[in-house]
Amino acid sequence: MSAALLEVEGLRVGFGNGTQAVRGISIAVARGETHCLVGESGCGKSVTSLAVMNLLARGAVRTAEGIRFEGREIAGLSEREMGKLRGDAMAMIFQEPMTSLNPAYTIGSQMAEVYVRHRGGSKAAALDRAAHLLGRVGITAPGMRLAQYPHQLSGGLRQRVMIAMALMCDPKLLIADEPTTALDVTVQAQILRLLQELQQELGLAILLITHDLGIVARMAHRVSVMYAGRVVESGPAAELFGRPTHPYTHGLLACVPVPGKIARGEPLGSIPGTVPKIGPGYSGCAFRERCAQAMPACGAGDVPGREAGPEHRYECHLGADWTARLATGAAA
Amino acid sequence: MLIFLARRALLAMLVTLTVLTVSFMLTRLTGDLAIAIAGPQASQADVEIIRKAYGLDRPLLVQFVNWVTDAATGDLGRSFFYQEDVTKLISARLPVTLTLGLTGLSIAILTAIPLGIIAAMREGTLLDRGIMTIAVIGQAMPSFWLGLTLVIIFGLKLQWFPISGVETWQGFVLPGIVLAFSAIPALMRLTRSGMVDALASDYIRTARAKGLSRAAIVLKHALRNAAMPVVAISAVQLGFMLSGSIVIETVFSLHGVGYLGWEAIGKNDFPVVQSVVLFLATVFVVLTLLADLMNAALDPRLRTQ
Ligand SMILES: Nc1ncnc2c1ncn2[C@@H]1O[C@H](COP(=O)(O)OP(=O)(O)O)[C@@H](O)[C@H]1O
Ligand code: SF4
Ligand SMILES: [Mg+2]
Repeated sequence: MSAALLEVEGLRVGFGNGTQAVRGISIAVARGETHCLVGESGCGKSVTSLAVMNLLARGAVRTAEGIRFEGREIAGLSEREMGKLRGDAMAMIFQEPMTSLNPAYTIGSQMAEVYVRHRGGSKAAALDRAAHLLGRVGITAPGMRLAQYPHQLSGGLRQRVMIAMALMCDPKLLIADEPTTALDVTVQAQILRLLQELQQELGLAILLITHDLGIVARMAHRVSVMYAGRVVESGPAAELFGRPTHPYTHGLLACVPVPGKIARGEPLGSIPGTVPKIGPGYSGCAFRERCAQAMPACGAGDVPGREAGPEHRYECHLGADWTARLATGAAA
Repeated sequence: MLIFLARRALLAMLVTLTVLTVSFMLTRLTGDLAIAIAGPQASQADVEIIRKAYGLDRPLLVQFVNWVTDAATGDLGRSFFYQEDVTKLISARLPVTLTLGLTGLSIAILTAIPLGIIAAMREGTLLDRGIMTIAVIGQAMPSFWLGLTLVIIFGLKLQWFPISGVETWQGFVLPGIVLAFSAIPALMRLTRSGMVDALASDYIRTARAKGLSRAAIVLKHALRNAAMPVVAISAVQLGFMLSGSIVIETVFSLHGVGYLGWEAIGKNDFPVVQSVVLFLATVFVVLTLLADLMNAALDPRLRTQ
């Protein structure tokens, strides 16, 4: 099997105030596939994506056994070297379309500068490409839009501009952190369709971050479920939706087990309780306060990783008898 | 945009009219002008002659309307002391004051903005705190005291710069520095806070995600947005500097508008006092308008709504 486009191994991120936001996670995004990172708010999804791009705020401490992009180790790259990748081979869009564009510059100027920065050439050539891409993401009258300022565009249009801008240098990987959360439902659907089309057309790999299971069911080839800084379950989308095994995933999907039948916008918080804050020296399973299956072993020490199927892994003290019970439907 | 400008211009006119009224009233309220001009030894008859000669016997409203219409056509009356047109007196001294003000503003901007940017980029570090402490000290320092200190050190001891007069450009250096000091703390603080906000914003995260150079991120994307309040305050600061030049011009004996006004106060030369106040007010109004225009040029949201 050829190596994945992006391989993250043993990533940890801590903040100055003691918060351990990401606690040793591994994620692999293959070329041309959509990998969904899903979890409740505050689980560390955004921190993970920023850590991959090395865009964390000052005061954040990032360590990793490895972050490889196209087989190349990028965890130790200088800011300067990393800057050559960002916006070029790996691009990112954000949850806040209203504030992610600079209010002082035109759409055209902001789109052109990323191309000129990485590919050189004239601004006019970059603007041509920008106009072409604005058309591609479904914006009418692209020539006119280039001269407009962000405040003249709606949220949905701004997110399209962000997507078009991310595509300026033909990236191999697009990291999208909740790209539709701030948009209304119809616009959400349009943006998701656009991302799917672009992926098929350009062979783009997408790391899609969301808290919305409906989006996961619709978009994902592969899923990583994140809880309190750990990936508690991961696998191919069909596997994971067919046999959710970790009590957290199982709980999330219990009421709506069939992919495609999940009401979009369904919050993940249907399990009572909230994500705990994890400080230094935390031990045991972070889900134990909310888990109906919790046992004494869950209170301290490491949680073992297990196989639930082909390429389908989860992290829990519950073993073979639990998966057998799930298979017969006895656990519901 | 046009409506925006029209509104600003109307406001400017109202402000000017208010200042005209106040400066007129102030000079009339300080007592009987005719007696003041005639001097303590004058007889009642002399006073009456002067009252007639200067038009002070007419009703206040008529005097005011005359003064305003004359001022509007550039006629500010004659100085009691110099026996010359006030317009001439002021315009002869204008170059000195303007050069001083612009020198002060340039020094202030060239110092405050880079320091503010550095402090913001190193927010919370010792360097940041050091820079801001200097700002606080600078703000607390009276300009006459700073002026005299600089005169003693650089003028008398080291003799690097002349201590008075502006026969050469060097004469503007020390007073320029003193003037600049009055504006540096405010400008620096504003640059710093604007840059701190801008650097923490989502569009800077986007700029970083695009792999832009550090210079482009800080100077193009952040500074452009942080600059708007700085421009507005710079204009106001220049206004303060020009009015502050009354003190500076006196300390360094520069014969500018401020010095003229200071002399005129001592000599009860009311047309001059009145006109210097009017001049400073007009400068304020013009600078505020200019700042609005520059902000409109910087901020597309002001231009296109
Ligand atoms: N700059 C920061 N400083 C301190 N804590 C942070 C910072 N950014 C995020 N965190 C903490 O890290 C955890 C994960 O946050 P985040 O990745 O934003 O969650 P989400 O999964 O909703 O995207 C949260 O507990 C949050 O409070
Ligand atoms: S480890 Fe224990 S507490 Fe955590 S999910 Fe498994 S059973 Fe529940
Ligand atoms: Mg988030």
